[in-house]
Amino acid sequence: MTQETKNQAAQAASDRPMIEIIELHKWFGELHVLQGINLTVKRQERIVICGPSGSGKSTLIRCINRLEEHQRGRIIVDGVELTNNVKNIEKIRAEVGMVFQHFNLFPHLTILDNLTLGPIWVRKVPRKKAEETAMYYLEKVHIADQAKKYPGQLSGGQQQRVAIARSLCMNPKIMLFDEPTSALDPEMIKEVLDVMVELAHEGMTMIVVTHEMGFAKSVAHRVLFMDYGRIIEENTPEAFFSNPKHERTKLFLSQILR
Amino acid sequence: MAMEPYPQSAQAEVVKPPPTSVGVLGWIKDNLFNGYFNSLLTIVTLFFLYKIVPPFVRWAFIDSVWCPDCAEACKKAAGACWSIITSNIRFIIFGFYPYAEQWRPLIAMFLLFGLIYYSSKNKNWKKSLIYVWIVGLFVMGVLMKGGLFGLTSVESTKWGGLPLTLLLSVFGLTAAYPLGVILALGRRSKMPGIRWMSILYIELIRGVPLISLLFMSSIIFPLFLPEGVTINKILRAQVAIILFTAAYIAEVVRGGLQGIPKGQYEAAESLGLNYVLTMRLVILPQALKIVIPPTVSILISAFKDTSLVVIIALWDLMKTTQSVLSHPKWMGFSPEAYIFLAILYFLGCFSMSNYSRKLERELSQGEER
Repeated sequence: MTQETKNQAAQAASDRPMIEIIELHKWFGELHVLQGINLTVKRQERIVICGPSGSGKSTLIRCINRLEEHQRGRIIVDGVELTNNVKNIEKIRAEVGMVFQHFNLFPHLTILDNLTLGPIWVRKVPRKKAEETAMYYLEKVHIADQAKKYPGQLSGGQQQRVAIARSLCMNPKIMLFDEPTSALDPEMIKEVLDVMVELAHEGMTMIVVTHEMGFAKSVAHRVLFMDYGRIIEENTPEAFFSNPKHERTKLFLSQILR
Repeated sequence: MAMEPYPQSAQAEVVKPPPTSVGVLGWIKDNLFNGYFNSLLTIVTLFFLYKIVPPFVRWAFIDSVWCPDCAEACKKAAGACWSIITSNIRFIIFGFYPYAEQWRPLIAMFLLFGLIYYSSKNKNWKKSLIYVWIVGLFVMGVLMKGGLFGLTSVESTKWGGLPLTLLLSVFGLTAAYPLGVILALGRRSKMPGIRWMSILYIELIRGVPLISLLFMSSIIFPLFLPEGVTINKILRAQVAIILFTAAYIAEVVRGGLQGIPKGQYEAAESLGLNYVLTMRLVILPQALKIVIPPTVSILISAFKDTSLVVIIALWDLMKTTQSVLSHPKWMGFSPEAYIFLAILYFLGCFSMSNYSRKLERELSQGEER
């Protein structure tokens, strides 16, 4: 391969969208939960998805790392299409970080072991190196002094920050957040959002399902509004909040921005 | 999170509890005489204890005969005839193992106890433990079987008593446990073939009493073997015990697996862990810990069930004891013999349940929510 073609390949890779979703359909039994989603996410783009419960927003991001299987349409993550190929799925999952509503830390492992599990067993990083990385990210989420504790000994906000650090240890290209603050007490929401804002400023590609409109305004490039398994409206945060076009969006915003 | 201590109201004075609610008197009042009914129960219980305990102590210790070969003295004595144990201890413990060679199973047993004790410390749970066991098992095998290093060969048909009981239970339990875990995972598998095989196996085995499995292994199974081929009888009984116990362990472990929230699987998968790693590192450590109490119940009952091998004429501890009792000289002393047997089984069961409690405590350190 000549230098030129190499450069071209690199150029193509960086131009390539991070995530491409084409005509995505999903059913839970008879229930048609995703009804033709089209979405392209660029590198370093930050997207906030909102919408009423049952609108399919969580299902959509869970499809991106195949926690849910889609029945029709295509999902291409960084050039790799999600199919039934188990090796591809594992590869994509290692590249895509996921933060859950209920943290889902491993209660039988210390915080440090929670963070090193993925790097050691999936990425085959030596333990010492993995622990250094883990401590680096624990510093970043301001929680390094808790490394030897178990998840059950931490507050909800601390657990969620650990969960974010756990994903970051895998050095992901994309971070997915599934309502990361909705299980938290009000006074803990801020500490988690602060960490997410820092992450955004470092240029991480992020898709965040949340109703934290302040967060959406300050970091999102685009806000999507979903209902009945469709993307009903999408716009920049400014336009989305000041001038919603769709009746459904107006109603939703009037309800949550009371 | 470090909590600020809640502000104390200005130097609250220490109020002592009333004297009748603390100390020995308080305990007695709270637990034995807190109401008419409980007081009555306490008195009735004390009365029965008075009627039972002193006569038992008199029978077992004061009027009892301990000297070996005192069958005649026993017939005259009012107390227990422990002479039946002291006279026949070597037959009860070792069965038909050649008398002169009985030091070999003795050493093998102590080796086994040592290995079990060593393995019970979780600071020794390393890869080297496997090698320690391989060497230990080899040494025990050589000691029991002989034929190497100048030891005379002893056929396994001569093995009996406590070594046989230990052999059947230790290997029965250690082999049944992983098999049970695999069956439990199989029963929850997404692959229909594996799932149905596991269900079929578990339900078939659970639907059959252990005795019938033992009969099948000793009587029916050899009929299907080609002429001239025989499989060791102990091995056949061993396999029957393993297969039987595994089915029960599988169901208990399945219960534990169901207790693990879906989020744990999802978190493990979203890190890119494959099925085997997810199970091994995330799901099983939690699930198996939850089911320690019921698992140990199964292991304990399996340990006791090894005594059922008497029906296929293996000379385990139960059988050797019974055969002593059938000797004319010792007829009529069955209480003493069975009490001794019960003590041996109790020691085994009690140490298992004791260990399980210790293990539970150690494994849940720092994890309480």
